[in-house]
Amino acid sequence: MRYSYQRRTCAIPRAKMFPKGTKRKFSDSREEPVAGGEDVNQSSLAAVRMLSSYSLQRQSLLDMSLIKLQLCHMLVEPNLCRSVLIANTVRQIQEEMTQDGTWQIMTQALSAANAAAQCSADRLVATEVLCRQTEAAQGEQVPKPFPVVGSEGCPAKEVLEEEAAAAEVGMTMSTVSPQAPTSYLPGTFGMDPCWEEEETGEDDDDEEEEEDSEECGSGSEGEERERDSLVEDTRTAEQVFGTFEIKNPAPSPDPALEELFSDVDASYYDLDTVLTGMQSVPKMGPYDLLESLSSHGPSPLSSSTSCRSDLNELDHIMEIIVGS
Amino acid sequence: MLNPIQVLCSDITSLSLEPEPFASYTEADIISTVEFNHTGELLATGDKGGRVVIFQREPEGKTEPFSQGEYNVYNTFQSHEPEFDYLKSLEIEEKINKIRWLPQQNAAHFLLSTNDKTVKLWKVSERDKRPEGYNLKDEEGRMKNLSTVTSLQVPVLKPMDLMVEVSPRRVFANAHTYHVNSISVNSDHETYMSADDLRINLWHLGITNRSFNIVDIKPVNMEDLTEVITAAEFHPHHCNLLVYSSSKGTLRLCDMREAALCDKHSKLFEEPEDPSNRSFFSEIISSVSDVKFSHSGRYLLTRDYLTAKVWDLNMENKPLEIYQVHEYLRSKLCSLYENDCIFDKFECVWNGSDSVIMTGAYNNFFRMFDRNTNRDVTLEASRESSKPRAVLKPRRVCQGGKRRKDDISVDSLDFTKKILHTAWHPTENIIAIAATNNLYIFQDKLNQEMHG
Repeated sequence: MRYSYQRRTCAIPRAKMFPKGTKRKFSDSREEPVAGGEDVNQSSLAAVRMLSSYSLQRQSLLDMSLIKLQLCHMLVEPNLCRSVLIANTVRQIQEEMTQDGTWQIMTQALSAANAAAQCSADRLVATEVLCRQTEAAQGEQVPKPFPVVGSEGCPAKEVLEEEAAAAEVGMTMSTVSPQAPTSYLPGTFGMDPCWEEEETGEDDDDEEEEEDSEECGSGSEGEERERDSLVEDTRTAEQVFGTFEIKNPAPSPDPALEELFSDVDASYYDLDTVLTGMQSVPKMGPYDLLESLSSHGPSPLSSSTSCRSDLNELDHIMEIIVGS
Repeated sequence: MLNPIQVLCSDITSLSLEPEPFASYTEADIISTVEFNHTGELLATGDKGGRVVIFQREPEGKTEPFSQGEYNVYNTFQSHEPEFDYLKSLEIEEKINKIRWLPQQNAAHFLLSTNDKTVKLWKVSERDKRPEGYNLKDEEGRMKNLSTVTSLQVPVLKPMDLMVEVSPRRVFANAHTYHVNSISVNSDHETYMSADDLRINLWHLGITNRSFNIVDIKPVNMEDLTEVITAAEFHPHHCNLLVYSSSKGTLRLCDMREAALCDKHSKLFEEPEDPSNRSFFSEIISSVSDVKFSHSGRYLLTRDYLTAKVWDLNMENKPLEIYQVHEYLRSKLCSLYENDCIFDKFECVWNGSDSVIMTGAYNNFFRMFDRNTNRDVTLEASRESSKPRAVLKPRRVCQGGKRRKDDISVDSLDFTKKILHTAWHPTENIIAIAATNNLYIFQDKLNQEMHG
């Protein structure tokens, strides 16, 4: 009864209310709608709930894995097989999340949280390294060295926005080249790129983007819920990632120790020794595992990493020559 | 013809070497490897504290023809000590990862033992005679007063209490950057290989200052590392063939005649992934934890987290047989990942005739699969079964549904009690099971010889 009244009086076009266009049964008026357009919403709600719980599970698995990787640094050399398997799992999750678009949301939340804190140069570089996305977004199955967090979109998107002042690029950053700028402007993109994409939608003729916008459209509620949980989770993640601050080399704890390690060559500062738990070198903090894992070979970032270690080594050599 | 697995189940006697019940143990007592020698007369165990204990089988009693010799402690020695790597500021564990016996060539026995970094060759020899009647020394070894010596005598060998001496003959050090997980003696009896996470080295048993690298899977950029070597073994008859397994579930057969560096495999054994069972843990549970050639050299036995597989060397695209060891754990993978149990490395073994395979599981259970009859059994290595002559009772894990008496439910399994290391006598139905700090030896009373 009520429905028929509403149908006559409400201004919303019928097509919008009941997209499927099926007729209501009279007896359904009092009950929860079970047929027709409402059904679509319900099934999509259920799908969204399923998606959310899957995303939550996936997120908790990611957090767990990252913590496991950190705890690798013990007194004894960590088990390389275990580390590699966990790292592969993280990579797999990250690839999937990148394809879903949830990766971007997580990094946005993370960057928003980080924006408040003061950033040192090292920290920015670290975050930038985190923000880089693998080319796997293209859909190719080859696992690349993965950035632990982040889509390439973070800094690259900034560049685009500055250049074109256009709407967001989609989750798939395949059109964006991996040259990340050295500056990082936090929080200038919208919290929900999907929506912007939907509204403007004309940017790139990337098919994948359009697909994503469709997904976003239907999953918008889920995305919001996801985002909330992701923000919460990213606080945990942020505790993990935020400890990149430790990466700033502390004032040398023991000049004798420094001297002892002053002739260690730079080739030790790679994933090799990190994975094998090299703790003694003062330049590498305990979380460099994540950092090393995330840096690409032929990218300006890893060169800056090695430049820094070279500079540090030079400093050491200078100390020895000049100082003691 | 008696079915070996049936007889094995019903008439197994057990012999536990842990003297006191409820004795508390230290971490150093945890057994980390078990290995019979080539005749089965000796059984060696290594533990986390770097010690090796060798058991010897007593000869059969003459009065009771069916009373098989029992294993008693023959010798105990400290093989490896904890070390400290000053360059990396890390400890090097003294835990014995593997022991392999050399084929016996004279009265002495030789075995190789390894920890994460160093392989050592030990000589085990007996002394049961000593010379007596020296001219210049008296019985205690003190110099005699020469004025009391009036005649010359020839020293003679007199029997003495048996003394077992173990001495280190070779130390093969500084050849591995990563942790050594396997050693394997070649069928030429002159060389052996040691494998770590990324490399395999070939040694001559007589030369300690040089080894040849035959497999190297270390990527140029360590950031590209996605796969490690998990186990390696030489073929039992062909001295040029070796196999190594990886964390991605692949096996590679290499021929040393093809090239000096065997990075290119001769055969690659890999099972295509089942898309319906795909999860985030798929790769982890496909990682091969152990690989063993059959005694015939025709087959390979591998163990991954949930299954044991038999491969035919002539068929690379899929295994010949797949045995589900504890499929009920598939739904628990997330918790097992959380508590790290998913990374446990179970070993697997063949029996002497290659008709039965055995591997360990949780809750001190171990499983045997008869390849010919497709029957399998789950047994438990526990104190209840440790009374001498007690017959082992088959166990069952129920996963909900009907539950019989004495069934264990999946949720009440004890994941701290894991049987990672087992060994099977080379010719007889005698098995050695390492359960944390206890060694259980089970013998088949009735059926001494192998069938099939």
